[in-house]
Amino acid sequence: MALYSDKVMDHFRNPRNVGVIEDANGVGEVGNPKCGDIMKIYLKIQDDTIADVKFETFGCGSAIASSSMATELIKGQPLSEALKLTNQAVTEALDGLPAHKIHCSVLAEEAIKKAVKDYYDRSGIAYDPADFPVFEDCDHCGE
Amino acid sequence: MIYADNAATTKMSKTAIEAMLPYMEEFYGNPSSLYEFGQKAKEALESARARVAACLGAEPREITFTSGGSEADNQAIITMAHAGAKKGKKHIISTAFEHHAVLHTLEKLKKEGFEVTLLDVHSNGLITAQQVADAIREDTALVTIMFANNEIGTIQPIAEIGAVCREKKVPFHTDAVQAAGHLHIDVKAMNIDMLSLSAHKFHGPKGVGVLYAKKGILLESLINGGGQERGKRAGTENIPGIMGLAAALEEACGNIDHHAETLTPLRDKLIAGLKKIPYSELNGDASQRLPSNVNFCFEGIEGESLLLLLDDKGICASSGSACTSGSLDPSHVLLSIGRPHEVAHGSLRLSLGDDMTEETIDEIIAAVTDVVTYLRGISPFWRDLVTGKRQHVFAE
Repeated sequence: MALYSDKVMDHFRNPRNVGVIEDANGVGEVGNPKCGDIMKIYLKIQDDTIADVKFETFGCGSAIASSSMATELIKGQPLSEALKLTNQAVTEALDGLPAHKIHCSVLAEEAIKKAVKDYYDRSGIAYDPADFPVFEDCDHCGE
Repeated sequence: MIYADNAATTKMSKTAIEAMLPYMEEFYGNPSSLYEFGQKAKEALESARARVAACLGAEPREITFTSGGSEADNQAIITMAHAGAKKGKKHIISTAFEHHAVLHTLEKLKKEGFEVTLLDVHSNGLITAQQVADAIREDTALVTIMFANNEIGTIQPIAEIGAVCREKKVPFHTDAVQAAGHLHIDVKAMNIDMLSLSAHKFHGPKGVGVLYAKKGILLESLINGGGQERGKRAGTENIPGIMGLAAALEEACGNIDHHAETLTPLRDKLIAGLKKIPYSELNGDASQRLPSNVNFCFEGIEGESLLLLLDDKGICASSGSACTSGSLDPSHVLLSIGRPHEVAHGSLRLSLGDDMTEETIDEIIAAVTDVVTYLRGISPFWRDLVTGKRQHVFAE
């Protein structure tokens, strides 16, 4: 049996929405090099909608696939919907991830939330901090 | 497909396969059986033992067949630890970059009250006999140091370490799993008291190995049962496997110089080609290394994605990245030579085979260069290095 589902391999080999948005109005980066994965999400938000989203990822196959899938799931969505994205939704959309790779889908969820929070901060929009838990640099090595 | 993972396992040689077949199809008797048919298997077993001994400069009765390198490592270390403990010696010397078969056995012994000194490995992937000499104490029961490292291929000064241990009268075990059949080994000349090897690393079958133990060492049995292997390893002997091991070892040992002459230039060509990738570095000494081993770190990328994309291009390789091991930390070997975590995650091991040509090497260089360039292009870590937000570890 292959390590990853066909869906994961497809998104890993042909990642959607890779790159940088130069005039992004929300950017979120999670993870760190010591742990071996960093995800960076760029958002262009217009009229409370994700008009465009791009990502850059340093990490394993499932980290790249999770970023790609997460961006697909929120692209064109209202901001309120994007904020509801969970790591489980990313994992399910990828037809599952190996247990020790679930962490990658968590990073994708966190990177998007962090980018939205950045958008709120930049735009002076009030929000409930409880909706944005403190994003640890890394949830598994404590760095 | 380009199979560049010969340090993981090798393709079986025709000679080894042919040596095994009669003992599956025809002479399938149990060597412990009294009748002639069983004794045929027993004769084969003893001839294999003598041939293996000859390859190592040992005597036949010093050879015990095991299920592989890991079992041999476990048995060697546990035997000497417990023998030492009986004399009040509960200190063991090893290195930080041993195989887990050694390190995990030492961890277990620590729980039994043994003290373990793991020697620091120099940044070139070597330790010195002087380090061993300095670490030996009155209560040292064993020195266990690998012959050649499985990840970075560096060859340790085994004869010098053996001489130090002999002078200080401390038993010396070496895990020679990567060395046997690839480098010349003479256990007597090198003052090696115990040595582990595994058949599938030199084109023999999987699931069979050898523990050489100098006469006078009373092995502690890890598997209890019948009296096979002089009562030191219970279980009906894996005769086909043992015949395959002996044939493969003889063939490999007869081919060591040719193997080195063929592979060394290819290895060096591959190293030179990969070094052209900016911000990359070879792991381990460039000359004191196995002729088949190339191990690199590339800044800004992660090893598992590198392996998956190389696999798409038909190249089988391995990495010391945490993601490929399923653990949270990258390779303990790369950390032991001082590679920072972030660089160790971006490692690649290519272990060459005798069937390779210059063209194969060109293909590998082109594929790795392409994949590293692509992955750096989508890596925010690489962007930070390029824009100066983070500092490079390697020179360009």
